[in-house]
Amino acid sequence: MTTNILPLLPIMIPFFAGIIMLFTGQRPLVHRVIATISSLLIIISAIWLVVLVHRNGTIATFLGDWAPPFGISVVIDMAAALLLLTTAIITLFTVIYSFQSIGVEREKFYYYVMVMFMISGVNGAFSTGDIFNMFVFFEVFLLASYVLITLGGTKIQLQEGFKYILVNMISSNFFVLALAYLYSVTGSLNMADIHTKLEGFEGDYSIMSLLAVVFLFVFATKAGVFPLYFWLPGSYYAPPMPVLVLFGALLTKVGIYAIARTYSLFFIDNVEFTHQMLLLLALATIIMGSIGALSYADMKRIIIYNILIAVGIILVGVAMMDKAGMLGAFYYLIHDMIIKAALFMLVGFLIYRTGETNAERLGGLIKIHPITGWMFFIAALSLAGVPPLPGFYGKLFIVQSTFANDNYIAGILVLISSLVVLYSVIRIFISAFWGEDMDFSRLKPVKSDKLLFASIAMVIVSVAFGLAADALYPMFEMAAQSFYDPASYSNYLPEVE
Amino acid sequence: MELITIILSGILIGSAVYMMLSKSVLRIIIGTALLSHGVHLMLLTMGQLKRGNIPVLDEEVSNYSDPLPQALILTAIVIAFALTAYILVLALRSYRELGTDDVEQMKGVPHDD
Repeated sequence: MTTNILPLLPIMIPFFAGIIMLFTGQRPLVHRVIATISSLLIIISAIWLVVLVHRNGTIATFLGDWAPPFGISVVIDMAAALLLLTTAIITLFTVIYSFQSIGVEREKFYYYVMVMFMISGVNGAFSTGDIFNMFVFFEVFLLASYVLITLGGTKIQLQEGFKYILVNMISSNFFVLALAYLYSVTGSLNMADIHTKLEGFEGDYSIMSLLAVVFLFVFATKAGVFPLYFWLPGSYYAPPMPVLVLFGALLTKVGIYAIARTYSLFFIDNVEFTHQMLLLLALATIIMGSIGALSYADMKRIIIYNILIAVGIILVGVAMMDKAGMLGAFYYLIHDMIIKAALFMLVGFLIYRTGETNAERLGGLIKIHPITGWMFFIAALSLAGVPPLPGFYGKLFIVQSTFANDNYIAGILVLISSLVVLYSVIRIFISAFWGEDMDFSRLKPVKSDKLLFASIAMVIVSVAFGLAADALYPMFEMAAQSFYDPASYSNYLPEVE
Repeated sequence: MELITIILSGILIGSAVYMMLSKSVLRIIIGTALLSHGVHLMLLTMGQLKRGNIPVLDEEVSNYSDPLPQALILTAIVIAFALTAYILVLALRSYRELGTDDVEQMKGVPHDD
């Protein structure tokens, strides 16, 4: 039997694209072409995977043909397939966005190579079925992100990059420690296999609660959950806009995905403790994010704190761990990846055009950029969750689930946070696009057609995603099922006598 | 035997925390290296420490070593090595650019001149 290579394509295409780019030397134009083509190829393979999974259910590949649970398996269920597709779309538009914003110097020094390696790692983390393999892929995309955050070597990048690397190195070490504990308890590294073993185990689970804390420490640091988000606002402020688009849209979401996977598959027994802990931290994250988003006038900072709010909202859904909660969390996860990319791109355009990051020093831009202005408005509404834009459905399901589980405070906090989000982003819109005209002669004559193309395309993707919610519902139901009903995820394992 | 290595890895992690809490960049990096050593030792201990058994699961062999933790450690060591190399280069570069190796002074938004 030959190995089914299809589930590996989203990992291999960017990896080989990066290696080919390395061999072509410092030629920005060649790199651009290769990066665009490979992102298109990833989109095609991801769509193919979504269709296949929708038709036949979970696809699994066993590397080297080692039967599970012994070998490394790459498992693509609906959740992974949809995340791969979203990642691919964001990659394509970010690459196009980078053409005019990242600068030739960075392009020469292998910017696209690192983007491709990072995407390879992110896709790997989404699609692997082996927990140690997930650690390896985490390191792959983190190492690429270390290069991306410091590439260019400005003072703030070096200073914040050092902190970012340090925090992530420490949490990665704890990841290895958590794996060591997990392996000594369960004797397996295949996530589905661990789930079946734990489900059939009658006995003392208290060490699993301890493990839940260690795993949460690791993934909360990567995802930016209270109280471990302290590095996020500073570090994400440093890199240039296209890198920030990738970080804000993808990296924290991988952490959330890992939390959802481990909490649905491993920590099934002592739910009162583990999921309650997750819920409390998620609510604290929402509150801290709201305070941050309200207290700054700097556009970059406002949307960086909006990342935290979104992380909190998704984790509220994950902590509920029922059908509506998981459906909402997953819907909101995909929505947030798309809309964060769109918003970061639009804000990036404003920063490149005006050279200012403070929204209060701008004004009246709607006269020269009417389309961008209204796109920003739509993106702001979508972020806050105004129907029929996609943020609404995710929040609807999450709030429904919190009320069904008698967590009224959590539901109300999620609802209030939408107002905060709306206020903080609309404030950028009002002061930058309306209001008194700024001195238009200060605007920089930057070439911006590709910047605008990418950002408007992302907004359109987001709106289309909202309008197609009804048609996509069965897919999301499938995706959420592998979380709230983890036995369905483990189905691909062969029956053990 | 396991107990000794667990205590040893505890000492390593403890000294790593001490080193990481200092202000000098270089000491912090040595701290992360120590932390990774402690963690890898812990990972090795988790597969039980035995001597002289072949790592093969066979029907005749009843007593065998677990090869998996050693394979995992190999991967983790390589990753930790790469990260340490990268962060050392970065520390050198940021010392030249920022003119300090004191983390207390690495805050705020510095401006390029």
